[in-house]
Amino acid sequence: MEKRVKDSLEIKSEEVLKSEAKKQKGSLTAPQAVDRGAWVGDMVFLQDSSASTPSYVQSLSAIDELLERDKQREKDGFPRKIRVGRLVKPGRGGKDKIILVPTTVEEKFIHDLRGEQPGEESTSGGTGEGEEGEVIGEEPADGSQEGEGSGSGPGGGEGDAHEIESSAYDLGKVLGEKFELPNLKNKGTKRSLTRYTYDLTDIHDKNGQLLDKKATLRKIIETNISLGNISGGEEIDPLGFLVSPQDQVYRIFSKEKDYESQAMIFFLRDYSGSMSGQPTEAVVTQHVLIYSWLLYQYEKQVETRFILHDTTAKEVPDFYTYYNSTVAGGTRVESGYRLVNEIIEAGNLARDYNIYVFHGTDGDDWDADGQKTIPEIRKTMGFANRVGVTIAGASLEGGSVVEQYLTASGLLENFAQTIRMDNVGQDATEVRLIEGIKKLLS
Amino acid sequence: MELINQHTKKIMEGCKQRARDCGLCFEDETLEYIVTNKDLLELSSKHMIPTLYDYWVNDIEVLKEKGKYELYPNNPYETVINTRPAISFYNDNNPDWLNVMIFYHVLGHIDFFQNNMFFRHTWDEDFAGRALSDKRAIAMLRSEKGRWVDYIIEFSRGIDNLVGFHCELRELNQSREIKTSAKLDYYFDIFLQSLRKVNIIDYLKEIDRYNDAVRQYAEMAETLFFSQVARTYPEFDALFERHKRQGRKQSRDLLEFLLLNSPFLQLEENRWMQSVIEIVRKTSLYFQPQIRTKILNEGWASYWHEKLFLKDDRIRGNEVGFARVNALVTSLPRIGINPYALGMRLFSHIEQMADKGRLSYDYQRVQNVSTRRDYDLSTGAGLDYIFGVREDFDDFMFLNSFVDQDFVDKHKLFVTGIRLNPDKGTREYYVKSRDAAQYRQMLIDQLYHPPFIEIDKSHTGENCLYLNHRYEGKPLVAEFIANTMMGIEYLWGAPVKLETSEPVQRARELHPWESHPPADMEPAQQRVLYTMKNRQLSRILI
Repeated sequence: MEKRVKDSLEIKSEEVLKSEAKKQKGSLTAPQAVDRGAWVGDMVFLQDSSASTPSYVQSLSAIDELLERDKQREKDGFPRKIRVGRLVKPGRGGKDKIILVPTTVEEKFIHDLRGEQPGEESTSGGTGEGEEGEVIGEEPADGSQEGEGSGSGPGGGEGDAHEIESSAYDLGKVLGEKFELPNLKNKGTKRSLTRYTYDLTDIHDKNGQLLDKKATLRKIIETNISLGNISGGEEIDPLGFLVSPQDQVYRIFSKEKDYESQAMIFFLRDYSGSMSGQPTEAVVTQHVLIYSWLLYQYEKQVETRFILHDTTAKEVPDFYTYYNSTVAGGTRVESGYRLVNEIIEAGNLARDYNIYVFHGTDGDDWDADGQKTIPEIRKTMGFANRVGVTIAGASLEGGSVVEQYLTASGLLENFAQTIRMDNVGQDATEVRLIEGIKKLLS
Repeated sequence: MELINQHTKKIMEGCKQRARDCGLCFEDETLEYIVTNKDLLELSSKHMIPTLYDYWVNDIEVLKEKGKYELYPNNPYETVINTRPAISFYNDNNPDWLNVMIFYHVLGHIDFFQNNMFFRHTWDEDFAGRALSDKRAIAMLRSEKGRWVDYIIEFSRGIDNLVGFHCELRELNQSREIKTSAKLDYYFDIFLQSLRKVNIIDYLKEIDRYNDAVRQYAEMAETLFFSQVARTYPEFDALFERHKRQGRKQSRDLLEFLLLNSPFLQLEENRWMQSVIEIVRKTSLYFQPQIRTKILNEGWASYWHEKLFLKDDRIRGNEVGFARVNALVTSLPRIGINPYALGMRLFSHIEQMADKGRLSYDYQRVQNVSTRRDYDLSTGAGLDYIFGVREDFDDFMFLNSFVDQDFVDKHKLFVTGIRLNPDKGTREYYVKSRDAAQYRQMLIDQLYHPPFIEIDKSHTGENCLYLNHRYEGKPLVAEFIANTMMGIEYLWGAPVKLETSEPVQRARELHPWESHPPADMEPAQQRVLYTMKNRQLSRILI
């Protein structure tokens, strides 16, 4: 009995192997599974389908397609469906890992199981000791440990910074295409930062995409000279020419280098005491998005500097530290801009780079009328393509301190091409933040 | 993706032999594949069916899963799909003893798939094969119609949780003997009750008359019976004929209703949409029993892998390794629900109860605690009993029938409450109740239960489809209503209305001294009517 089962199994696996080989042979030409006839057996297709499932890299290029589809939906009169989501894994000591992914939801009629009021009890199962009513565990309730990304966790920057970077590029792509963020302007060339374009510039014998008539004629004449069909002084009779297939010259696509300028981005963040909690979260979330998007815009040819300030400013080595650094003392906005200016001047960076400065704050500043801050900002504006100020704070009557002195200085009106300000409020949603990016960058 | 090697296959065949000896029952053929974690991620969006049709939402799902995997790498030991032959996926070449354990688990699943009555409609065909032909059909349509195929898939999937799963089962499970002629059904079920509205005495008289006829004339009974009926109700034959014509248009769910009655889908140029909708509907029906038997299915498989592994003579010496893995899979968590653990323990509990003859009315009547404790009839019927449970129950019936106080006490189970502590800014977990009824209710609340939405035929006409949501204590997710209805409107080709209930905002905030809202403040419900017209949603109170 067992033997029979085994025999039949061996036959089966052999069949699969055979058809596997067949598939490989025909893989270049076989267009669709449909053509191969039903006799091959379904298992082949099981195999086949797994082989043709796109790999991760392929699926990323499929993001383009997905976004294209999403845009098309609008034209067809249906609402868009793809959203940008973040997955956050809370880590010890604030070392959260963040992964950015596109998401969508399939809407159906389903029961709403959320409680009617926030804070209402929910239930689950459990097992073990404990009297009824006894508390057996607790966790922070502000959600800082789960779900939304949090920048307010305790510091400690020795994380794997590339975790963010690797997915940031993809997110940038999504943002750029989905939200149609503006493209940035280019500036000077320093290194051979290469962008590739494809053009019909290479030549190729015998076959190719386009026959190069001039070159082909020249080749034919050359051949016929060496064959003796043409000699100087005589009248040329093209009918007597020998035309060899070897003489046909074609043009084919080739990869061409293109020089491109690069960008230097300064991320500047207030991490003073007043920033703790929601304002920090709004700012860092927006900076993640800007960072991702610029990374994509400049084909990863972006240099970034991260600066944190309270009353004094300091530069931190990577986005990860920037993102996770914890809150400290009071607020002097000028210190941050001064450090930016120092860095730019020291490296003469303004010559070769497109400089962007993004500053996130809750709008609080000890320098109440901006006497020291405004000159520093003016100086920065002299270097930068764009200074973007994000204010994520509780909305006050007449605006926050930073808002007040920026407005009073007239910079926002007179130099709208160079400096922008946006007050997103402290509990801004992702959509609002992306709107904000448009405002800061357009 | 490749088949397991012959050595491992031999182990599997050995497992099958031993499982059969213990009473499990499944078909001879099975296929086992080794897949990479990446394969698994890609399969998971297709519910592990490799041949399922392509759909862009699945692609997004895959991207998301990959993101998740980067954060939380995990390797499921196995996944089984309910196909013919049953296919199972394994993540890697495990040591032999672990394979033995996993194989027993898989065989438990296969046995469940092939014997549980809720899977009745999946028994007669191989889903992998059908999914493949569906996939091809959709690919073919897509090359012709482009993105519109995906819109139809989207809109159909929007209501594919409302499929008439139980209607489908009812038809399959109707036993042959009771099957009577359509005419007889119509006469007794519809004509007399709904149309004539005869009183109960006359109705019973008619039944008697029919039974008399059967006794007297056997085969001729029906003809003679109806010749009498024709004299009493001359209109009967005409009505029955009309019913027969309409009868073919009887639908089991919203999707089928649209298929049969939507004027839009009947248009020549839209006929192709019908096949897409039918594919979505059939696919959804296929997955229905799986969602409704999670605890039962996992419990059954865990029960058997433990039992069979410990009996297996081939793997002596690996008990410690087994104990470790088994504990990871089947331990009861301090907080939360583990369907493997819960189901397995409940099966063992039922077996013991049945062995002692406690699943009986006599036992229930016993009040005396010590008599109850010592109650043991030694019937030895436990194993048969759980085989019966495996055959005829789904999660709801399983939990509702067998989670009793004895079970809750034995395993120290409790309902965990989660509440905010505003003083400390924390969320607290506490032991809310150890009462079996509450524990049972908590479990049942977590089971899959799609809303009950029916087509109100009296309000439905050419220009309007009227849906009625029967309120069962929970409103619908409000954000999803617009897009779902937009899809239905598209498929119906005319405005769609949905009647449902929504909670009324409370008249006032709670006072600080009130921990619970007083009775008069309990959220009231109001009926509202949504209308989707020209892709615009409006809402009015009724």
